[in-house]
Amino acid sequence: MSTAEAIAGTTPEGAATPALAVEGVSHSFGKRRALDEVSFTVAAGEFAVLLGQNGAGKTTLFSLVTRLYDNRSGAIRIFGHEVRRRPSEALARIGVVFQQRTLDLDLSVTQNLLYHAALHGMPRAEARARGSAELARLDLAERARDKVRQLSGGQLRRVEIARALLHEPKLLLLDEPTVGLDIGSRQSLLNHVRGLVREQNLGILWATHLIDEVAEDDRVILLHQGKVLANDRAEAVVRQSGTADLKAAFTALTGAGGTGGEGQERAP
Amino acid sequence: MTAVQYLRCLRGIVWREALRFLHQRERFVAALVRPLVWLFIFAAGFRAVLGLSIMPPYETYVLYEVYITPGLIAMIQLFNGMQSSLSMVYDREMGNMRTLLISPLPRWYLLSCKLLAGVCVSLLQVYVFLLIAWSWGIDAPLLGYLTVLPALVLSGLMLGALGMLLSSFIKQLENFAGIMNFVIFPMFFASSALYPLWRMRESSLLLYQICSFNPFTHAVELIRFALYGEVNLLALAVVAGCTLLFMGLAIYGYDPGRGMMARRRGAPA
Repeated sequence: MSTAEAIAGTTPEGAATPALAVEGVSHSFGKRRALDEVSFTVAAGEFAVLLGQNGAGKTTLFSLVTRLYDNRSGAIRIFGHEVRRRPSEALARIGVVFQQRTLDLDLSVTQNLLYHAALHGMPRAEARARGSAELARLDLAERARDKVRQLSGGQLRRVEIARALLHEPKLLLLDEPTVGLDIGSRQSLLNHVRGLVREQNLGILWATHLIDEVAEDDRVILLHQGKVLANDRAEAVVRQSGTADLKAAFTALTGAGGTGGEGQERAP
Repeated sequence: MTAVQYLRCLRGIVWREALRFLHQRERFVAALVRPLVWLFIFAAGFRAVLGLSIMPPYETYVLYEVYITPGLIAMIQLFNGMQSSLSMVYDREMGNMRTLLISPLPRWYLLSCKLLAGVCVSLLQVYVFLLIAWSWGIDAPLLGYLTVLPALVLSGLMLGALGMLLSSFIKQLENFAGIMNFVIFPMFFASSALYPLWRMRESSLLLYQICSFNPFTHAVELIRFALYGEVNLLALAVVAGCTLLFMGLAIYGYDPGRGMMARRRGAPA
């Protein structure tokens, strides 16, 4: 933390410490190398898109950052706390929305939130208050007592976001949060999360394979076969690759040619 | 993290387990019907076949139903432990497990809470079973219902830890059917749950030895003696030792640096 501050060291109170710093992380499953010397940072108040096709290593990276299992090489720091050495400090500062749905279908929305709050050691009254506030913000206040099973796909995702924000994390990780959602729900989810960046200065790592979810100002971390091929603002990535748009840049960088795919929004 | 936060976490995990249990009434009924069938049908039929001599902790001749009650209690806990492990494998496949594991509290603590929550559920099942048995005239000394409680907690922990250990090695849900055949049945039948071990020795010395090494036998004996206000020291030592061993291995299995979590994705599909 101190080194990072010393290097960046222009802003006071350690504000320069990145929300998330991934430093030279590699990971293998047996012989297959899922991540190869991956390095990037996400600053507080930054919307970073981890862009890559299915199987690029996005979920593996999420598993390492959330310490489902440990990275074997390199380091992952959350506001300066290394995940492997100080998991408690690191995990307390992140909120996570996993690709899989992780809500308890047989419990109500509120019960799910209270369970999560308890796992973070939050007092019950505070958890109730925070839960209602987050649900209201996501237009879900009237569904609080309903069983999760009765919610639509978009509503499930919104509940998961409310849950991830319950303990007031400073970094929010979302793994393919829009998978399976219709266009309207996708857009409102994106808008909500972008709003969080503006209003609460949250750092966001948004993993997706959908290029049209990237805005010009976003940081794009292009992950392909476990390697980071680009890591810059979206418009800079496009400029450096000498192409017309991000989709063309993606194709040029990954060499995933021959898809044609006019009007397609997916990464080829 | 403060002690209060640890307690809130424990309360939250137990509370969720209780809620889930209440939502699955069929599971509760199934958990009760199984031992009741053994008690009311099997035991009634066998009463005449199997002669029992006076043996501790019993001070007089007892009915066969009375003899197998502790074994059936342990069976409830055995099934409950395996069921929790089934739900852990399910949670892992469905992703719910991740909710638990991203808690900032240490993983060994989270797993211990989960175990304790499972034991609480099994206690509820056991006491309802005892109540039904009691109303049928199959009873123990009144104080025994209290002194059996610590024994139940310990045996519940051992069997729950065994389930958790198995769950850390099972890769997929389908493999679980094997648990039934290869864990529950052998453990139950090769124990003192249904027949005293001296009976077993008469028919096969080898089987007798297997039974006396079976940790489930010791869980049954621990419960049997505790129900009569006595402590079986050997059983206590074996059950406590096995609990520590199984828990240690289960925590190892779920360790982010070593266990199955890291290997899982790499395993050939």
